[in-house]
Amino acid sequence: MQISTKDIIKPENLVYTKTKLLTDTPLSYCPGCGHGTANRIVMEVLDEMGVQDKTIGIAPVGCSVLAYNFMNVDMIQAAHGRAPAVATAVKRVFPDKFVFTYQGDGDLAAIGTAETIHACNRGENITIIFVNNGIYGMTGGQMAPTTLPNMKSSTSPYGRDVEIMGHPLRITELVAQLPGTYFVSRQAVHTPAAVRKAKKAVRKAFENQKLNKGLSFVEIVSNCNSGWKMTPNDSNKWMEENMFPAYPLGDIKVPKDENI
Amino acid sequence: MAKIKGAIVVDVEKCKGCEVCVISCPTHVISMTKDVNGKGYHYAYMENSDACTGCTNCAIVCPDGVISVYKIKVDA
Amino acid sequence: MKELKLMKGNEAFAEGTIRAGADAYFGYPITPQSEVLEYLMAVRPYETTGMVVLQAESEIAAINMVYGGASCGKRVLTSSSSPGISLKQEGISYLAGAELPCIILNVVRGGPGLGTIQPSQSDYFQSVKGGGHGDYKCIVLAPSSVQEMYDFPKLGFELAFKYRNPVLILSDGIIGQMMEKVYLDEPTPRWSEEEVIKNSPWATTGKVVDRERNIITSLILEASIQEKHVIKLYEKYKVIEENEIRYETFQCEDAEYLFVAYGSSARICQKAVQILREKGIKAGLLRPITLLPYPKKAINDLSKQIKSIVVVEMSMGQMVEDVMLAVECKIPVNHYGRTGGVIPSPKEVADFMMQKIKGE
Repeated sequence: MQISTKDIIKPENLVYTKTKLLTDTPLSYCPGCGHGTANRIVMEVLDEMGVQDKTIGIAPVGCSVLAYNFMNVDMIQAAHGRAPAVATAVKRVFPDKFVFTYQGDGDLAAIGTAETIHACNRGENITIIFVNNGIYGMTGGQMAPTTLPNMKSSTSPYGRDVEIMGHPLRITELVAQLPGTYFVSRQAVHTPAAVRKAKKAVRKAFENQKLNKGLSFVEIVSNCNSGWKMTPNDSNKWMEENMFPAYPLGDIKVPKDENI
Repeated sequence: MAKIKGAIVVDVEKCKGCEVCVISCPTHVISMTKDVNGKGYHYAYMENSDACTGCTNCAIVCPDGVISVYKIKVDA
Repeated sequence: MKELKLMKGNEAFAEGTIRAGADAYFGYPITPQSEVLEYLMAVRPYETTGMVVLQAESEIAAINMVYGGASCGKRVLTSSSSPGISLKQEGISYLAGAELPCIILNVVRGGPGLGTIQPSQSDYFQSVKGGGHGDYKCIVLAPSSVQEMYDFPKLGFELAFKYRNPVLILSDGIIGQMMEKVYLDEPTPRWSEEEVIKNSPWATTGKVVDRERNIITSLILEASIQEKHVIKLYEKYKVIEENEIRYETFQCEDAEYLFVAYGSSARICQKAVQILREKGIKAGLLRPITLLPYPKKAINDLSKQIKSIVVVEMSMGQMVEDVMLAVECKIPVNHYGRTGGVIPSPKEVADFMMQKIKGE
């Protein structure tokens, strides 16, 4: 029996569409940027958990500064790097809400290092989503704390010389050492399989929050094709070859009492 | 024997033509149009619609969430 | 019946916040204000009223915690002293830009830089002329007694929520550290979540079906909309100026010579007025309680009966500029200031006014 595309495209046959927890505002991210996917899986998880009315998100300064335009939950836009401090207070005054920050590597691992480490160390019962693309995307591709050795950026035009500019900061490994973090994982969103795994980690992070387990920290290693000056697919390949060896994917800290 | 048939709908005006979906499709269904949308992007479409299995890989990996996926079981 | 207690200024402030129904305090140690955090940690209001007390990792974190709590429509506050307040300025600018109600206490010490831990009033400009970046103003209250340290958290929250604006309480090391008797009133209960939602429908309390999502931000990329936003803020500041000016006068009815001073300096000037009166000089004192909005009209009105003014500040001369603007050059305005943590005595203040009267 021949079946036409028109016969397939019917409401009852829908198996996947954008979550209602994303608004209809077009995302401001560059074509192919992993931020869009990362935004979406966070919202899909909150949608699936049915907690839109209990969620307060904190947007950073950086490419995802406008996340509050896309995420259909109550949102607070924080000063550069301070999202974990803002989230700390939100969770403390509203212990029953789901509170998350969504931050990039400049925001979380440079200017906001103190807030990140101390929120983690206090074991604030929040979820931190950390998107690491090794560069300051929004301001035009400057060197970030996470920029790889010899990697070119607009402020390391001859490549990051670690003798002069220091080494890439693996803050996720760092926060995993702190007693306050309950679950620390590093994921990616550049392939369907990676997205499915990343979403599971995000789900786990929010489920932990529901159970008052402490801080869950999910890094998403992502591309910055504009900053890296590559096509999206090339940047994803470059990411696999260069970023993943420096930032290996997988769970970094898993609760002892659990098997994942 | 039952067979799975799928189809996708692309939100043409929101597609940014990044092509991440193209290489994520296991059955090589998706290509980019020669035409451009209102923003000037070539956008994704089903060039080889017969091969679509509705696996949702394209939609899951789409950074802009512009792809909806439909799927039915048909008797061969 | 009111309870009477002997308290330090900083402790009275801390007790005042609990009894004002505060939901959260975020602090960081710095002399001479650490007793606020110490008192709250000792009293543990989280076990009684449910008020959150948290020692942050820095003043920057503390003010951003205030930003988070205020975004939720809660009555939140922080306190610090001058160098710490400098660190908070970015956060205060964000709070003002996003129109968030909160209280920030500054127990001023001498500067610039790390300066001294002794009392000073050298943060006047920072408090009333901006402080952080951008076009904004905070409401500024200046306590001059331990009682006012206790009373101003309640007043501060009222004003902050009435106008959705940060309120800065500009105290100093004398008021913070000295002990006086304080009348404690009946506690105001904390708001329930229903009351928070009712009082602050703009707050991020979780998006429910029957409203659009609430967004707290100070980012407006479109210039024309940013301009509109700032104009709206300034219309609000105008309403604040029309309604919220507070000041106190002392022996001004027949005064020929006037002191203008706030906070600790006003207490010193009050004694100086007595010294001068004993010598037959008709001196008076005007004490601004709100430094922003400033009692310009009251000073201008008094300048019609006054021959000259002495502005006394523990600074090299900051508020004196506002007094000069207020009197519109009608009468001489002199400044007497000690700085770097030095406190003027009533006698030297009185002597200075005598010299000016004699034309020395």
